Amino acid sequence: MINKIAQSVADALAGIQDGATVLIGGFGTAGIPNELIDGLIAQGAKDLTVVNNNAGNADVGLAALLQADSQVFDGLYRAGKLELELVPQGNLAERIRAAGAGIGAFFCPTGFGTELAGDRETREIDGKQYVLEYPIHGDVALIKAEAGDRWGNLVFRKAARNFGPVMAMAARRTIATVHDIVELGALDPESIVTPGIFVSKIVRIDRVATLAGGFKKAA
Amino acid sequence: MTPTYPRRTKDQLAARVALDIFDGAVVNLGIGQPTLVANHLPEGREVILHSENGILGMGAAPAAGSEDYDLINAGKQPVTLLPGGAYFHHADSFAMMRGGHLDICVLGAFQVSAKGDLANWSTGEPGAIPAVGGAMDLAIGAKQTWVMMDLLTKQGASKIVERCTYPLTGLACVKRVYTDLATFACTAHGLQLVDAVEGLSREALEGIVGLPIAPAAP
Repeated sequence: MINKIAQSVADALAGIQDGATVLIGGFGTAGIPNELIDGLIAQGAKDLTVVNNNAGNADVGLAALLQADSQVFDGLYRAGKLELELVPQGNLAERIRAAGAGIGAFFCPTGFGTELAGDRETREIDGKQYVLEYPIHGDVALIKAEAGDRWGNLVFRKAARNFGPVMAMAARRTIATVHDIVELGALDPESIVTPGIFVSKIVRIDRVATLAGGFKKAA
Repeated sequence: MTPTYPRRTKDQLAARVALDIFDGAVVNLGIGQPTLVANHLPEGREVILHSENGILGMGAAPAAGSEDYDLINAGKQPVTLLPGGAYFHHADSFAMMRGGHLDICVLGAFQVSAKGDLANWSTGEPGAIPAVGGAMDLAIGAKQTWVMMDLLTKQGASKIVERCTYPLTGLACVKRVYTDLATFACTAHGLQLVDAVEGLSREALEGIVGLPIAPAAP
Protein backbone atom coordinates (compact mmCIF):
# COMPACT_ATOMS: atom_id res chain seq x y z
CA MET A 1 0.00 0.00 0.00
CA ILE A 2 1.19 3.47 -0.77
CA ASN A 3 1.11 5.71 2.28
CA LYS A 4 3.03 8.98 2.16
CA ILE A 5 1.55 10.29 5.40
CA ALA A 6 4.23 10.97 8.00
CA GLN A 7 3.16 10.97 11.62
CA SER A 8 5.32 13.93 12.59
CA VAL A 9 7.52 16.64 11.12
CA ALA A 10 10.56 14.87 12.57
CA ASP A 11 9.59 11.61 10.81
CA ALA A 12 9.04 13.43 7.56
CA LEU A 13 12.46 15.11 7.72
CA ALA A 14 14.52 12.14 8.94
CA GLY A 15 17.71 11.55 7.00
CA ILE A 16 18.35 15.01 5.50
CA GLN A 17 22.13 15.13 5.10
CA ASP A 18 24.69 17.85 5.77
CA GLY A 19 25.45 19.73 2.57
CA ALA A 20 22.00 19.13 1.07
CA THR A 21 20.38 21.56 -1.36
CA VAL A 22 17.01 22.44 0.13
CA LEU A 23 14.29 24.15 -1.87
CA ILE A 24 11.98 26.04 0.48
CA GLY A 25 8.63 27.36 -0.74
CA GLY A 26 6.89 30.56 0.22
CA PHE A 27 6.53 34.16 -0.83
CA GLY A 28 6.07 36.86 1.78
CA THR A 29 3.66 35.58 4.40
CA ALA A 30 2.11 32.96 2.11
CA GLY A 31 3.11 29.34 1.72
CA ILE A 32 6.14 29.31 4.00
CA PRO A 33 6.57 25.84 5.54
CA ASN A 34 7.55 27.24 8.94
CA GLU A 35 6.94 23.95 10.76
CA LEU A 36 9.30 22.14 8.38
CA ILE A 37 11.95 24.84 8.71
CA ASP A 38 11.74 24.60 12.50
CA GLY A 39 11.97 20.81 12.10
CA LEU A 40 15.04 21.16 9.90
CA ILE A 41 16.72 23.32 12.55
CA ALA A 42 15.93 20.69 15.16
CA GLN A 43 17.12 17.91 12.83
CA GLY A 44 20.47 19.71 12.65
CA ALA A 45 21.69 19.28 9.05
CA LYS A 46 24.46 21.82 8.35
CA ASP A 47 26.18 23.51 5.40
CA LEU A 48 22.94 23.65 3.49
CA THR A 49 22.37 25.33 0.15
CA VAL A 50 18.96 26.95 0.48
CA VAL A 51 16.89 27.97 -2.54
CA ASN A 52 14.15 30.39 -1.58
CA ASN A 53 12.48 33.61 -2.64
CA ASN A 54 12.78 35.53 0.64
CA ALA A 55 15.38 35.50 3.34
CA GLY A 56 12.65 35.26 5.96
CA ASN A 57 10.47 37.79 7.71
CA ALA A 58 11.75 39.17 11.02
CA ASP A 59 13.05 36.09 12.85
CA VAL A 60 10.68 33.39 11.64
CA GLY A 61 10.97 31.05 8.68
CA LEU A 62 14.26 31.09 6.85
CA ALA A 63 15.61 33.79 9.14
CA ALA A 64 15.32 31.29 11.99
CA LEU A 65 17.30 28.74 9.98
CA LEU A 66 20.10 31.25 9.48
CA GLN A 67 20.11 32.25 13.12
CA ALA A 68 23.29 30.45 14.08
CA ASP A 69 24.55 33.40 16.16
CA SER A 70 21.18 35.06 16.62
CA GLN A 71 21.94 37.07 13.53
CA VAL A 72 19.76 37.03 10.50
CA PHE A 73 20.34 37.28 6.83
CA ASP A 74 21.62 40.86 6.52
CA GLY A 75 24.11 40.50 9.34
CA LEU A 76 25.39 37.14 8.15
CA TYR A 77 25.71 38.41 4.60
CA ARG A 78 27.60 41.53 5.65
CA ALA A 79 29.84 39.42 7.85
CA GLY A 80 30.67 37.20 4.87
CA LYS A 81 29.22 34.13 6.61
CA LEU A 82 26.76 33.51 3.84
CA GLU A 83 27.30 33.01 0.14
CA LEU A 84 24.51 34.35 -2.00
CA GLU A 85 23.57 33.84 -5.62
CA LEU A 86 20.99 36.41 -6.64
CA VAL A 87 18.51 35.24 -9.29
CA PRO A 88 15.66 37.17 -10.94
CA GLN A 89 12.43 35.81 -9.50
CA GLY A 90 11.11 34.39 -12.77
CA ASN A 91 14.43 32.76 -13.56
CA LEU A 92 14.35 31.16 -10.13
CA ALA A 93 10.91 29.70 -10.84
CA GLU A 94 11.80 28.58 -14.38
CA ARG A 95 15.16 27.07 -13.41
CA ILE A 96 13.40 25.04 -10.72
CA ARG A 97 10.67 24.03 -13.15
CA ALA A 98 13.31 23.02 -15.71
CA ALA A 99 14.97 20.78 -13.15
CA GLY A 100 11.66 19.06 -12.49
CA ALA A 101 10.97 18.70 -16.20
CA GLY A 102 14.34 17.20 -17.13
CA ILE A 103 15.53 20.19 -19.15
CA GLY A 104 19.32 20.48 -19.44
CA ALA A 105 19.41 24.27 -19.83
CA PHE A 106 17.34 26.93 -21.56
CA PHE A 107 17.76 30.35 -23.17
CA CYS A 108 15.89 33.06 -21.29
CA PRO A 109 15.61 36.76 -22.18
CA THR A 110 15.48 37.97 -18.57
CA GLY A 111 18.55 39.81 -17.34
CA PHE A 112 20.31 40.06 -20.70
CA GLY A 113 22.79 42.94 -20.60
CA THR A 114 22.64 43.20 -16.79
CA GLU A 115 25.21 42.25 -14.19
CA LEU A 116 23.06 39.30 -13.07
CA ALA A 117 23.68 37.61 -16.43
CA GLY A 118 27.35 37.59 -15.43
CA ASP A 119 29.50 35.77 -17.95
CA ARG A 120 26.81 33.30 -18.95
CA GLU A 121 26.58 32.27 -22.59
CA THR A 122 24.21 34.39 -24.66
CA ARG A 123 22.60 33.83 -28.02
CA GLU A 124 20.52 35.82 -30.48
CA ILE A 125 17.47 33.88 -31.60
CA ASP A 126 15.11 35.45 -34.15
CA GLY A 127 16.54 38.89 -33.42
CA LYS A 128 16.11 38.67 -29.66
CA GLN A 129 18.89 38.24 -27.06
CA TYR A 130 18.85 35.38 -24.57
CA VAL A 131 20.97 34.16 -21.65
CA LEU A 132 21.70 30.48 -21.03
CA GLU A 133 20.23 29.37 -17.71
CA TYR A 134 20.75 26.05 -15.95
CA PRO A 135 18.22 24.14 -13.86
CA ILE A 136 18.21 24.20 -10.05
CA HIS A 137 17.83 20.72 -8.59
CA GLY A 138 17.07 20.06 -4.95
CA ASP A 139 17.94 17.14 -2.74
CA VAL A 140 14.90 18.07 -0.69
CA ALA A 141 11.93 20.41 -1.17
CA LEU A 142 9.96 21.72 1.80
CA ILE A 143 6.59 23.16 0.83
CA LYS A 144 3.26 24.12 2.35
CA ALA A 145 0.01 22.95 0.81
CA GLU A 146 -3.59 23.06 1.97
CA ALA A 147 -4.81 19.47 1.72
CA GLY A 148 -3.43 16.14 0.58
CA ASP A 149 -4.12 12.41 0.49
CA ARG A 150 -2.02 9.30 1.13
CA TRP A 151 -0.83 9.21 -2.50
CA GLY A 152 0.63 12.69 -1.98
CA ASN A 153 -1.81 14.56 -4.21
CA LEU A 154 -1.93 18.21 -3.17
CA VAL A 155 -4.12 21.26 -3.44
CA PHE A 156 -3.01 24.71 -2.34
CA ARG A 157 -4.69 27.80 -0.95
CA LYS A 158 -4.78 31.17 -2.76
CA ALA A 159 -1.42 32.86 -3.30
CA ALA A 160 0.24 30.39 -0.93
CA ARG A 161 0.65 28.14 -3.99
CA ASN A 162 3.58 30.26 -5.27
CA PHE A 163 6.71 28.07 -5.55
CA GLY A 164 5.16 24.87 -4.15
CA PRO A 165 4.24 23.05 -7.37
CA VAL A 166 7.56 23.70 -9.16
CA MET A 167 9.71 22.94 -6.12
CA ALA A 168 7.81 19.68 -5.60
CA MET A 169 8.88 18.62 -9.11
CA ALA A 170 12.52 19.59 -8.76
CA ALA A 171 13.68 17.71 -5.66
CA ARG A 172 14.53 14.06 -5.19
CA ARG A 173 12.46 14.15 -2.04
CA THR A 174 9.53 16.52 -1.42
CA ILE A 175 7.90 17.04 1.94
CA ALA A 176 4.67 19.01 2.16
CA THR A 177 2.72 20.21 5.16
CA VAL A 178 -1.06 20.16 4.80
CA HIS A 179 -3.84 21.31 7.06
CA ASP A 180 -6.16 18.49 6.02
CA ILE A 181 -5.43 14.89 5.15
CA VAL A 182 -8.33 13.47 3.17
CA GLU A 183 -9.31 10.02 1.86
CA LEU A 184 -8.20 8.99 -1.63
CA GLY A 185 -10.79 10.27 -4.07
CA ALA A 186 -11.88 13.16 -1.88
CA LEU A 187 -9.75 15.67 -3.79
CA ASP A 188 -11.42 16.60 -7.09
CA PRO A 189 -9.11 15.08 -9.75
CA GLU A 190 -9.75 18.14 -11.93
CA SER A 191 -8.47 20.39 -9.14
CA ILE A 192 -5.37 18.54 -7.97
CA VAL A 193 -2.50 20.98 -8.55
CA THR A 194 0.43 18.75 -7.64
CA PRO A 195 -0.07 15.06 -8.44
CA GLY A 196 1.36 12.71 -5.84
CA ILE A 197 4.16 11.53 -8.17
CA PHE A 198 6.03 14.70 -7.15
CA VAL A 199 5.53 14.24 -3.41
CA SER A 200 7.36 11.94 -0.97
CA LYS A 201 5.77 12.74 2.38
CA ILE A 202 2.90 14.80 3.70
CA VAL A 203 2.48 15.80 7.30
CA ARG A 204 -0.53 17.43 8.91
CA ILE A 205 -0.06 20.68 10.79
CA ASP A 206 -2.51 22.83 12.72
CA ARG A 207 -4.24 25.56 10.83
CA VAL A 208 -2.87 28.77 12.23
CA ALA A 209 -1.64 30.73 9.26
CA THR A 210 -4.48 30.65 6.79
CA LEU A 211 -7.68 31.82 8.42
CA ALA A 212 -8.67 35.32 7.44
CA GLY A 213 -7.40 37.58 10.16
CA GLY A 214 -6.24 34.59 12.14
CA PHE A 215 -2.60 34.92 11.27
CA LYS A 216 -0.64 37.71 12.85
CA LYS A 217 2.01 38.89 10.48
CA ALA A 218 5.53 39.03 11.87
CA ALA A 219 6.39 42.61 12.85
CA MET B 1 17.32 78.71 -11.14
CA THR B 2 14.70 76.38 -12.54
CA PRO B 3 11.32 78.08 -12.44
CA THR B 4 8.71 76.12 -10.53
CA TYR B 5 6.00 74.38 -12.49
CA PRO B 6 2.73 72.96 -11.17
CA ARG B 7 3.92 69.41 -10.53
CA ARG B 8 1.51 66.50 -10.73
CA THR B 9 0.76 65.11 -7.28
CA LYS B 10 1.22 61.38 -6.78
CA ASP B 11 -2.52 60.86 -7.31
CA GLN B 12 -2.58 63.08 -10.39
CA LEU B 13 0.36 61.15 -11.80
CA ALA B 14 -1.40 57.86 -11.06
CA ALA B 15 -4.51 59.20 -12.80
CA ARG B 16 -2.41 60.25 -15.81
CA VAL B 17 -0.99 56.72 -16.13
CA ALA B 18 -4.43 55.17 -15.64
CA LEU B 19 -5.81 57.28 -18.49
CA ASP B 20 -3.60 55.36 -20.96
CA ILE B 21 -4.59 51.88 -19.75
CA PHE B 22 -7.06 50.52 -22.27
CA ASP B 23 -10.26 48.59 -21.64
CA GLY B 24 -9.51 44.88 -21.35
CA ALA B 25 -5.82 45.27 -20.55
CA VAL B 26 -3.97 42.83 -18.30
CA VAL B 27 -1.70 44.97 -16.16
CA ASN B 28 0.97 44.45 -13.52
CA LEU B 29 1.46 47.39 -11.17
CA GLY B 30 4.87 47.41 -9.51
CA ILE B 31 5.50 47.82 -5.81
CA GLY B 32 5.22 51.36 -4.41
CA GLN B 33 3.86 54.31 -6.36
CA PRO B 34 2.51 52.27 -9.30
CA THR B 35 -0.01 50.52 -7.02
CA LEU B 36 -1.82 53.90 -6.78
CA VAL B 37 -2.80 53.55 -10.45
CA ALA B 38 -5.43 50.97 -9.48
CA ASN B 39 -7.37 53.69 -7.62
CA HIS B 40 -7.65 55.87 -10.72
CA LEU B 41 -8.76 53.58 -13.54
CA PRO B 42 -11.37 55.49 -15.54
CA GLU B 43 -14.92 54.29 -15.09
CA GLY B 44 -16.13 51.81 -17.67
CA ARG B 45 -12.73 50.24 -18.29
CA GLU B 46 -12.40 46.63 -17.21
CA VAL B 47 -8.77 45.93 -16.37
CA ILE B 48 -7.35 42.66 -15.02
CA LEU B 49 -4.55 43.16 -12.50
CA HIS B 50 -1.76 40.57 -12.37
CA SER B 51 0.42 40.02 -9.32
CA GLU B 52 3.62 38.05 -9.93
CA ASN B 53 3.19 35.91 -6.84
CA GLY B 54 0.36 34.16 -8.65
CA ILE B 55 -2.85 36.18 -8.98
CA LEU B 56 -4.93 37.40 -11.92
CA GLY B 57 -7.97 39.50 -11.13
CA MET B 58 -6.55 41.08 -8.02
CA GLY B 59 -8.95 43.34 -6.13
CA ALA B 60 -8.56 46.12 -3.59
CA ALA B 61 -7.24 45.82 -0.06
CA PRO B 62 -9.62 43.98 2.29
CA ALA B 63 -11.54 45.68 5.06
CA ALA B 64 -9.66 45.93 8.33
CA GLY B 65 -9.97 42.68 10.23
CA SER B 66 -10.55 40.47 7.18
CA GLU B 67 -6.96 40.29 5.96
CA ASP B 68 -5.84 36.87 4.75
CA TYR B 69 -2.08 36.44 4.65
CA ASP B 70 -2.43 33.65 2.09
CA LEU B 71 -3.79 36.32 -0.28
CA ILE B 72 -1.15 39.01 -0.66
CA ASN B 73 0.24 41.05 -3.52
CA ALA B 74 3.86 41.21 -4.68
CA GLY B 75 4.46 43.94 -2.09
CA LYS B 76 3.25 41.44 0.55
CA GLN B 77 0.18 43.52 1.38
CA PRO B 78 -3.16 41.75 1.86
CA VAL B 79 -5.44 42.02 -1.18
CA THR B 80 -8.69 40.46 -2.42
CA LEU B 81 -9.69 38.46 -5.49
CA LEU B 82 -12.37 39.65 -7.91
CA PRO B 83 -14.99 37.26 -9.34
CA GLY B 84 -13.27 35.61 -12.30
CA GLY B 85 -9.85 35.82 -10.66
CA ALA B 86 -7.41 32.90 -10.65
CA TYR B 87 -4.40 31.59 -8.73
CA PHE B 88 -1.38 29.91 -10.31
CA HIS B 89 2.19 28.98 -9.45
CA HIS B 90 5.30 31.10 -9.96
CA ALA B 91 6.53 29.46 -13.16
CA ASP B 92 3.16 30.09 -14.82
CA SER B 93 3.07 33.63 -13.45
CA PHE B 94 6.41 34.53 -15.01
CA ALA B 95 5.53 32.67 -18.22
CA MET B 96 2.70 35.20 -18.49
CA MET B 97 5.35 37.94 -18.60
CA ARG B 98 8.08 36.40 -20.74
CA GLY B 99 5.53 34.76 -23.00
CA GLY B 100 4.17 38.16 -23.96
CA HIS B 101 0.73 37.69 -22.43
CA LEU B 102 0.83 40.71 -20.13
CA ASP B 103 -0.22 43.95 -21.85
CA ILE B 104 1.33 46.56 -19.57
CA CYS B 105 3.54 46.73 -16.53
CA VAL B 106 4.11 49.95 -14.59
CA LEU B 107 7.34 50.15 -12.60
CA GLY B 108 9.20 52.66 -10.50
CA ALA B 109 12.76 53.55 -11.47
CA PHE B 110 16.03 55.06 -10.27
CA GLN B 111 17.01 55.94 -13.84
CA VAL B 112 15.72 55.49 -17.38
CA SER B 113 17.79 56.16 -20.47
CA ALA B 114 16.47 58.08 -23.46
CA LYS B 115 16.38 54.80 -25.42
CA GLY B 116 14.49 52.99 -22.67
CA ASP B 117 17.18 51.21 -20.64
CA LEU B 118 15.88 50.75 -17.10
CA ALA B 119 17.71 50.81 -13.77
CA ASN B 120 15.35 50.12 -10.88
CA TRP B 121 16.68 47.29 -8.72
CA SER B 122 19.89 48.51 -7.14
CA THR B 123 21.74 51.73 -6.57
CA GLY B 124 24.93 49.70 -6.51
CA GLU B 125 25.91 51.00 -3.08
CA PRO B 126 28.58 48.88 -1.44
CA GLY B 127 27.24 46.96 1.53
CA ALA B 128 23.64 47.12 0.35
CA ILE B 129 21.80 43.82 0.56
CA PRO B 130 21.05 42.83 -3.02
CA ALA B 131 17.49 41.94 -3.99
CA VAL B 132 16.00 41.93 -7.45
CA GLY B 133 12.56 40.29 -7.22
CA GLY B 134 10.57 40.15 -10.44
CA ALA B 135 11.73 43.48 -11.88
CA MET B 136 13.96 42.03 -14.61
CA ASP B 137 11.32 39.55 -15.75
CA LEU B 138 8.60 42.21 -15.83
CA ALA B 139 10.72 44.82 -17.57
CA ILE B 140 11.53 42.64 -20.56
CA GLY B 141 8.39 40.51 -20.52
CA ALA B 142 5.37 42.80 -20.68
CA LYS B 143 4.26 43.98 -24.13
CA GLN B 144 4.69 47.54 -22.84
CA THR B 145 6.77 48.60 -19.87
CA TRP B 146 5.95 52.00 -18.45
CA VAL B 147 7.86 53.84 -15.75
CA MET B 148 6.26 56.12 -13.19
CA MET B 149 8.56 58.36 -11.15
CA ASP B 150 9.54 61.88 -10.19
CA LEU B 151 11.53 63.42 -13.02
CA LEU B 152 14.20 64.81 -10.71
CA THR B 153 16.11 63.40 -7.76
CA LYS B 154 15.96 65.20 -4.42
CA GLN B 155 19.21 66.87 -5.50
CA GLY B 156 17.56 68.12 -8.69
CA ALA B 157 19.27 65.81 -11.19
CA SER B 158 17.23 64.32 -14.03
CA LYS B 159 16.43 60.63 -13.60
CA ILE B 160 16.06 60.42 -17.36
CA VAL B 161 19.63 60.14 -18.56
CA GLU B 162 21.61 59.48 -21.70
CA ARG B 163 23.06 56.32 -20.17
CA CYS B 164 22.14 54.69 -16.84
CA THR B 165 24.89 54.71 -14.23
CA TYR B 166 23.03 52.42 -11.80
CA PRO B 167 22.97 48.64 -12.44
CA LEU B 168 20.63 47.82 -15.32
CA THR B 169 17.35 45.96 -15.00
CA GLY B 170 16.78 45.62 -18.75
CA LEU B 171 17.93 47.06 -22.08
CA ALA B 172 15.68 49.23 -24.28
CA CYS B 173 12.58 47.91 -22.51
CA VAL B 174 10.79 51.12 -21.38
CA LYS B 175 8.24 52.54 -23.81
CA ARG B 176 6.91 55.42 -21.73
CA VAL B 177 7.98 57.45 -18.72
CA TYR B 178 5.28 59.21 -16.70
CA THR B 179 6.68 61.86 -14.37
CA ASP B 180 5.43 64.67 -12.17
CA LEU B 181 6.42 67.21 -14.84
CA ALA B 182 5.93 65.50 -18.19
CA THR B 183 5.26 62.27 -20.04
CA PHE B 184 7.86 60.92 -22.47
CA ALA B 185 8.11 58.15 -25.04
CA CYS B 186 11.47 56.33 -25.26
CA THR B 187 12.37 55.43 -28.83
CA ALA B 188 15.38 54.05 -30.66
CA HIS B 189 16.11 57.67 -31.63
CA GLY B 190 15.77 59.04 -28.09
CA LEU B 191 13.09 60.89 -26.18
CA GLN B 192 9.83 62.13 -27.58
CA LEU B 193 7.45 64.40 -25.70
CA VAL B 194 3.95 63.11 -24.99
CA ASP B 195 2.69 65.86 -22.69
CA ALA B 196 3.90 68.29 -20.03
CA VAL B 197 2.37 70.21 -17.14
CA GLU B 198 0.96 73.65 -17.86
CA GLY B 199 3.54 76.29 -18.69
CA LEU B 200 6.40 73.86 -19.25
CA SER B 201 7.63 74.10 -22.83
CA ARG B 202 9.52 71.39 -24.68
CA GLU B 203 12.57 73.66 -24.80
CA ALA B 204 12.47 74.26 -21.04
CA LEU B 205 12.06 70.52 -20.50
CA GLU B 206 15.13 69.85 -22.66
CA GLY B 207 16.99 72.20 -20.33
CA ILE B 208 15.82 70.30 -17.25
CA VAL B 209 16.54 66.83 -18.66
CA GLY B 210 19.68 67.87 -20.53
CA LEU B 211 18.80 65.77 -23.57
CA PRO B 212 17.09 66.49 -26.91
CA ILE B 213 13.35 65.80 -26.83
CA ALA B 214 11.45 65.40 -30.09
CA PRO B 215 8.10 67.20 -30.34
CA ALA B 216 4.92 65.32 -29.51
CA ALA B 217 3.37 63.38 -32.37
CA PRO B 218 0.55 65.46 -33.91
